[in-house]
Amino acid sequence: MSTNNLSYNEQGGGAEPAVELGQESTPTASGSTAAAGLFSTDFKKNEDLKEMLESNKESLKLEAMKRIVGLIAKGKNASELFPAVVKNVASKNIELKKLVYVYLVRYAEEQQDLALLSISTFQRALKDPNQLIRASALRVLSSIRVPIIVPIMMLAIKEAATDLSPYVRKTAAHAIQKLYSLDPEQKEHLIEVIDKLLKDKSTLVAGSVVMAFEEVCPDRIDLIHKNYRKLCNLLVDVEEWGQVVIITMLTRYARTQFLSPWREDALFDENSEKAFYDSDVEKEKADSKPYMMDPDHRLLLRNTKPLLQSRNTAVVMAVAQLYWHLAPKQEVSIVTKSLVRLLRSHREVQYIVLQNIATMSIQRKGMFEPFLKSFYVRSTDATHIKTLKLEILTNLATEANISTILREFQTYVKSQDKQFAATTIQAIGRCATNISEITDTCLNGLVLLLSNRDETVVAECVVVIKKLLQTQPSQHSDIIKHMAKLLDNITVPMARASILWLIGEYCERVPKIAPDVLRKVAKSFTSEEDIVKLQTLNLAAKLYLTNSKQTKLLTQYILNLGKYDQNYDIRDRTRFLRQLIVPNEKSGALSKYAKRILLASKPAPVLESAFKDRDRFQLGTLSHTLNAKASGYLELSDWPTVAPDQSVRNVEVKEWAPSLGKPKATKSDDKFYSDSGEEEEQEEEASESGSSGSSSSSSEEESSSGSGGRTSCRLCCLLSPVFVPPKSHELLHRMSGKGLAVSYHFPRQPCAYSHRMVSVQLTLTNGRDQPLEDICVGEAGPPGIAIHRFATIERLQPEASITVSMGIDFNDSTQAANFQLCTKTDQFSVSIQPAVGELLMPVTMTEQDFLKEQGQLTGMNESSVTITIAPDSMSSQPVGRKVVSVANMGVVPSSQNSIHRFAAKTVSSGSLVLSSVVLQEASTAKLVVNTEKTVLGSVLLRELKTALSQG
Amino acid sequence: MIHSLFLVSTAGHIFLEKHWKSVISRSVCDYLFEAQGKASAPENVPPVIATPHHYLISVYRDRIFFVAVIQTEVPPLFVIEFLHRVAETFQDYFGECSEASIKDNVVIVYELLEEMLDNGFPLATEANILKEMIKPPTILRSVVNTITGSSNVGGTLPTGQLSNIPWRRTGVKYTNNEAYFDVVEEIDAILDKSGTVVFAEIQGVIDACVKLSGMPDLTLSFVNPRLLDDVSFHPCVRFKRWEAERVLSFIPPDGNFRLMSYHVNAQNLVAIPVYVKQNVSFFETGSSGRLDITVGPKQTMGKTIEDVVITVHMPKVVLNANLTTNQGTSTYDPVTKVLVWDIGKLNQQKVPNLKGSLSLQSGAPRPDENPTLNIDLRIQQLAISGLKVNRLNMFGEKYKPFKGVKYVTKAGNAGPQREQRSTFFCWNLFE
Repeated sequence: MSTNNLSYNEQGGGAEPAVELGQESTPTASGSTAAAGLFSTDFKKNEDLKEMLESNKESLKLEAMKRIVGLIAKGKNASELFPAVVKNVASKNIELKKLVYVYLVRYAEEQQDLALLSISTFQRALKDPNQLIRASALRVLSSIRVPIIVPIMMLAIKEAATDLSPYVRKTAAHAIQKLYSLDPEQKEHLIEVIDKLLKDKSTLVAGSVVMAFEEVCPDRIDLIHKNYRKLCNLLVDVEEWGQVVIITMLTRYARTQFLSPWREDALFDENSEKAFYDSDVEKEKADSKPYMMDPDHRLLLRNTKPLLQSRNTAVVMAVAQLYWHLAPKQEVSIVTKSLVRLLRSHREVQYIVLQNIATMSIQRKGMFEPFLKSFYVRSTDATHIKTLKLEILTNLATEANISTILREFQTYVKSQDKQFAATTIQAIGRCATNISEITDTCLNGLVLLLSNRDETVVAECVVVIKKLLQTQPSQHSDIIKHMAKLLDNITVPMARASILWLIGEYCERVPKIAPDVLRKVAKSFTSEEDIVKLQTLNLAAKLYLTNSKQTKLLTQYILNLGKYDQNYDIRDRTRFLRQLIVPNEKSGALSKYAKRILLASKPAPVLESAFKDRDRFQLGTLSHTLNAKASGYLELSDWPTVAPDQSVRNVEVKEWAPSLGKPKATKSDDKFYSDSGEEEEQEEEASESGSSGSSSSSSEEESSSGSGGRTSCRLCCLLSPVFVPPKSHELLHRMSGKGLAVSYHFPRQPCAYSHRMVSVQLTLTNGRDQPLEDICVGEAGPPGIAIHRFATIERLQPEASITVSMGIDFNDSTQAANFQLCTKTDQFSVSIQPAVGELLMPVTMTEQDFLKEQGQLTGMNESSVTITIAPDSMSSQPVGRKVVSVANMGVVPSSQNSIHRFAAKTVSSGSLVLSSVVLQEASTAKLVVNTEKTVLGSVLLRELKTALSQG
Repeated sequence: MIHSLFLVSTAGHIFLEKHWKSVISRSVCDYLFEAQGKASAPENVPPVIATPHHYLISVYRDRIFFVAVIQTEVPPLFVIEFLHRVAETFQDYFGECSEASIKDNVVIVYELLEEMLDNGFPLATEANILKEMIKPPTILRSVVNTITGSSNVGGTLPTGQLSNIPWRRTGVKYTNNEAYFDVVEEIDAILDKSGTVVFAEIQGVIDACVKLSGMPDLTLSFVNPRLLDDVSFHPCVRFKRWEAERVLSFIPPDGNFRLMSYHVNAQNLVAIPVYVKQNVSFFETGSSGRLDITVGPKQTMGKTIEDVVITVHMPKVVLNANLTTNQGTSTYDPVTKVLVWDIGKLNQQKVPNLKGSLSLQSGAPRPDENPTLNIDLRIQQLAISGLKVNRLNMFGEKYKPFKGVKYVTKAGNAGPQREQRSTFFCWNLFE
């Protein structure tokens, strides 16, 4: 700073600046500035940074930027370099450019006018063919927080939201939030963009756009409807951070859209009285119409369950809270194991998870009781972890396990960490009040602890004993006497106050001791803490009323001391008590009731968990952790009483939901929840049809093309393909393609372009030393085969490769699709010959349906052969694997070990293709294929035969 | 979400700050210092602190506080998990995560943080993707860079960012294709004084080091997968196949990664591999005490127990210890009150024993608490749960990889510890 001023002044001076400038330019030219910069004195530092930035050498500029970033990181001000830095925004060196971006984002807000100089560079970069450059330009443009450019940002976001690259679209979703925080007035326009991006099928975009949704318009639940099923299906493939955000959002969504699943079982719920009353009301309704879970509700629960196995603790917690808030009560406990697993993670993770478990364990002891021992305290735990574990152990205490817990508590009481020992004693107190059977044992144990050497422990005991005695004061005068003796030694004010209160309260049971205690505290009154003084006054007043003969003078003495005490409260209390207990002419009617006022029986204190009301916050949130509403917290609404319209979530076709719901409707309710074994697996597979995001495609197919065998498809559901390692085929060799090599494989995913097409992925590699330009698909044939071309690749760098996908409708024949691959200069004719197995889409159905369908496809439609099977294929898994590796078929559950069944339908016309392998004696097997497409059937039979008979 | 990040040393020095939105003054860290002042150790600082305008969520590891400043509601675990991920990335890039290494590489740290978060929302946290964008520093590379002027920053979007398998980069090539798997198990047990098991469980992880070319697709199967009670996976593992067939099917990340963590539940099956007899007593008079600890092997299935270390946290009044042992070395630190007995290998013939006297502070009351024993040990070539890898198959590539599996059992170390507690005082009233 100072040098800046200095040189400025000198420039005004006239002749000298020339010299100065001359000197400055020499080191720049010689290129040794880097070294000079390192050794220069501190105050000159920024000056030579400026020189370096203005030099012609990239390396010097880079060096300078690195040092500037170092300054920023340390929190030092480097804003005066802004003009010099901003000039480098268009640099070709990527690292330099990135560092300039870092600088811009940090200081643009302070130097808005200068920052505008960089905008045109970004606008240009937004059109760059490299997606990384487009994305980072948008990132910086949206991060620089200069209000003037809001319209430019808006335009850039809108454009980026339709970009071909999902990465750029993801960046656009992030930019939405930035623009919103800069200018909330853009909300309406931004919501339009969010709506558009929510429809995006890329897993990359999903998390970011939901984040934007949560930030900008969390109340626009209606935008989610149409995307709900897609989001559920995509969830597994979304990156971990996106998963957390989506799950949290869907939790809120589900609470507004589905009926409560907590009805039937509410009666059996352990201790929530409220639920009990609710269930009464709802029972009437339930009688008329039994509760059935919305299939979409079930879909969400099912698709989130696998995420409990995530390595990311935030994802696991998100799923756990989703189950807590949405699942039927019987199902919530599946999250327990995963939550307990998180306790082996980092200390901070443990802290948050334990807090949530503490809240859960109050309502649902049963969930965590089997894992009681996982909450045992280790000597190495941090203080806050120990406290939480104690809390949970206390919540979990029941008559059955209390002896185990108390034995564990004994060890804690002897811990070297005295504060922890004291907390344990409180916990024992809580157990004792909650479980009346053990109150006496606990009390005796605590009395023994009174002889402990540590004062904190003893004091805590006194306080807890006081609370316990209050609950059942009848027969405990021994303990009270014992406590009176303790008064001589205990110095902790809270404990002293508790003892005094106890003696005052039960003074009639210890008539001899009480006045003596009063005598002792009267002596030390002036040196006591305030709470002790207050209790002394109380004790004196009570004794005066019950035993005025012995204590009149003492009371007078104490009241006099209290009258001149420094503390307001004590003076007030003194004045009040004197009026109350010492009758004089001024005192009104009240003193007649003094005895009834002071010696009224007091209700026992309720010892309850600090986590009792925490469940008003959504679990896993910051607000829950803090037990206070954090800004931006979104309330979880109550379940709706009347089911909202289910059809809002239907996408294009309305058949989807019933096809899932129908088979369930016939089952009885309790069976419906139990979801065990095969049944569940089937459902699971069915619902995940097309996990790549085209959840609607299956039903679309069902309703649109109406050829034979259509009726059966209601019974079967499209299935996500069984995984097989993709086999890559060569399309164009490097030599014949003049450097362009192309290979293709069938990813076995539903084709995004048309449901009649098979999706094919091409990998193009440039083996030339020059970039290839304008690669596209040229003429295609033969007629009858439709091809969806990939978008023209503008530029493919040497040694680079790119994967594009295209769709081909082979029309259920193995005829090759021929087309031309064109580059700017050349054309190559290529052809893709599909394996018959790739023309299929797997479906699932029950065994009965399979047999029924097979019965209809006999005669001409059936082809069979007996084959010799390789010995290692005799067991079930190899057969399945081999069939699936050749043909994209789904496995049909079979009740016999020796029969394997597979089902699929052709991609183009949707005809059913069934295949079964019956293993027979002496490693032979009968292979049957049933389909209307006889040609296809026989080819398939041949291929399966080769595959199965190979070793 | 995450507004700003401060890195703070234990001494309270803020040595790095990064803001993703508007700048927040570093004075916000004063709330952390206040909490640190109240806590007895840095570990005891609460991870979430509310301040009037912000919330601080912090993680303490490697003697550094990673403090994230938050302004609005966010799942706290989200932030905590991310902060740990940041620390792990630093560890990965610089070999250690320390104040010195972060300061030395401040530019790379900044470039990393820039890529990891956009507007406070995680963008790229996979090590493989980050390494493609920002190359880790090596001496060779820094020399080359200064000569050629090339940079550490990649110019194209890493392919992983776009694909469904962000953890693997394309075009991996090795001359030796190898895949190694370490099955590491830890016993976590609490025993009482008599040696009875209060609580025991086995936790295991499978750490992998996979250096395979191309896009290999691996399948790892176990002889006895039923043993595994609770599992969590690296995102690469196909959960469906695990559910259906109990095999791990995955396209591995390149290099080192944790494939899975698991938990073995069968509580009764946990055979504690050693036994410990301990007798620590303090005399009422003469301010002294006696200590006698014996350790011996038990049920080790023929394998040797190595690296046995016993740590005892003594009560504060123990001034010094005069101990003799027939194996290993023992040291007592009078300042921290920690007794460490490094035994080494356990063999069947000789039973290690440590005994001697303890001198107590005179006049101080006899300690009524009993020292806790922590035992660290290691058994090579044995997974104590009996878990065995059956085979590893590779699809998708043609070469034949070299495969290896190693088993190790540990107790203690950085993870959860095995404690032996003693109950001297009979406090039988609860019975």
